[in-house]
Amino acid sequence: MPEIEVEGLYKRFKVAKRSAGLGQAVKSLFHREYRIIEALNNVSFSIESGEIVGYIGPNGAGKSTTIKIMSGILVPDEGKCCIMGRIPWKERVAHVKNIGVVFGQRSQLWWDVPVIDSFELLRDIYAIPQKEYLENLDLLVSTLELQNIINIPVRQLSLGQRMRCELAASLLHGPKILFLDEPTIGLDAVSKIAVRQFIKRINREKNITVILTTHDMNDIEALASRILLIGKGRILYDGDLDYIRNCFSTHKTITVNFRGNKPQVDTCVAGISGVNVISCSEERILLDVDTRTARVTDVITILSANLDVIDISIDSQPIDELIVKLYREYDI
Amino acid sequence: MKSNIKAYFSVFRLRLITGLQYRAAALAGIATQFFWGFMHIMVYEAFYENAMGTQPISLKQIISYVWLQQAFLVFIALWIRDYEIFNLITSGNIAYEFCRPCGFYGFWFAKLVAQRLSGATLRCFPILIVAFLLPEPYRMTLPPDFLTFCLFVITLVIGLLVLVSISMLIYISVFITMSPSGSMTTISIIGEFFSGMIIPIPLMPSWLQKIANYLPFRLAADMPFRIYSGHIPADEALKGILIQLAWLLVLVLIGKISLKSITKKIIVQGG
Repeated sequence: MPEIEVEGLYKRFKVAKRSAGLGQAVKSLFHREYRIIEALNNVSFSIESGEIVGYIGPNGAGKSTTIKIMSGILVPDEGKCCIMGRIPWKERVAHVKNIGVVFGQRSQLWWDVPVIDSFELLRDIYAIPQKEYLENLDLLVSTLELQNIINIPVRQLSLGQRMRCELAASLLHGPKILFLDEPTIGLDAVSKIAVRQFIKRINREKNITVILTTHDMNDIEALASRILLIGKGRILYDGDLDYIRNCFSTHKTITVNFRGNKPQVDTCVAGISGVNVISCSEERILLDVDTRTARVTDVITILSANLDVIDISIDSQPIDELIVKLYREYDI
Repeated sequence: MKSNIKAYFSVFRLRLITGLQYRAAALAGIATQFFWGFMHIMVYEAFYENAMGTQPISLKQIISYVWLQQAFLVFIALWIRDYEIFNLITSGNIAYEFCRPCGFYGFWFAKLVAQRLSGATLRCFPILIVAFLLPEPYRMTLPPDFLTFCLFVITLVIGLLVLVSISMLIYISVFITMSPSGSMTTISIIGEFFSGMIIPIPLMPSWLQKIANYLPFRLAADMPFRIYSGHIPADEALKGILIQLAWLLVLVLIGKISLKSITKKIIVQGG
């Protein structure tokens, strides 16, 4: 039986509709119009223990709503959700002991007191036995390098430091499942990498199931072998990242530095179908190759035959562009 | 249940530590409260000098009443609010509180009690010490006997719990209205008046006193202060404690039930 099983989830929100302006505001005092938003529309998936799943989709697609339902905060209108044999919103207290949650845009630490005080409060809230607490704390402090920041009030921490503490806070009680809602939002490169490495490590060493929503595709690339794509409340794709890459990454960019003259260059590649010149200067040319019609090796052969090549680099499409394409494909 | 109590105690302790950090706020508060204390006493002094006949409460008792009011303002004022909780609700940070394995009525209750306790601890001692050293007629007097003092402390503590259970209802209402100002202002004005913060209840016309006696607000301020000065005798004070406990039970029950029904259909704000 899968660890997380979600079947046919529906969630609708009623949103008050109002145009801008005072007149409209006054009008809405007497008569309110509502609009129904389908946040989730028949969402189903299942996740096995120990997986890392990247949950992606544009803003407002329903990612956070799903996370909130899975963590027992929201009650869906219809559908089933079973996590480790429990229905989150029915057995909330028993359920939340098994999960850790990090909402990247919110904070669970007390603003005015040192981080360790918040941790001790969590120890008492989750009723973690002292021995287990110290073990977990030790491990988290060393892997997240919190030694120097644990006694500092949260308000004096940088965002990156705080996020590391948030991660530690969500894992103190040794949960089996970790929900991360945009854990790398606003972080610099160093902190992002630290967070990713940590997530990878706890997944591997403690076999914690991780579900992660993000807009940073590098997070997904670094962590998730499986992605769930959601748009307009529907699951559009559920599978591995490589498949998407193969389907949508049909173009490669070739950059060539050379000695020689321009006209010659133009004529030599113009004949191959599927190759477009993006830019061309005295010593450099950028080509876009559609791998469905042209082979990269052929293009390189022609180039090296005709040009005095200094070096060549071949780049795949950045994953962000891939996702843009994917969103466009699914019209979301 | 046992572990829950530990969590409540833990949040209480943490909130207390946090609250005790705000020394500057306490200092400013003390200054304001002296100003109000003197002003009130001067008004009553003038009133008593020119009043005909005997008043339902003596000037000495009024003066103790006023100083206690000022010293324990943070204990008894309904308008003191924990913005943290409001922000939690309106900004959606409440999401985290939902992910905890404990009920939040008790959790918030402990937090609010601790907040008021830390605020009052910082303020009450300086105010009381100075009030005992002031020249007549401003000087505060000791309670008539030790039993009275004990009754005062007991009713003050239970009164605090009653007050917090009233304020819990205000916080809960924010779930529906999304704005603290409406329910807050209405209840705090009514509450302030009927707890004797503006005019001590014995000085109100009898029909108003009747209304005040039916409401829970006086239990937190007026009653303990009058017990202190001996205006309410011991046997009536014991009856008062029973009334306090009854109200506490009812208010907590209402709060718990309404919080439960609201959280069932809750929407966490923000993405």
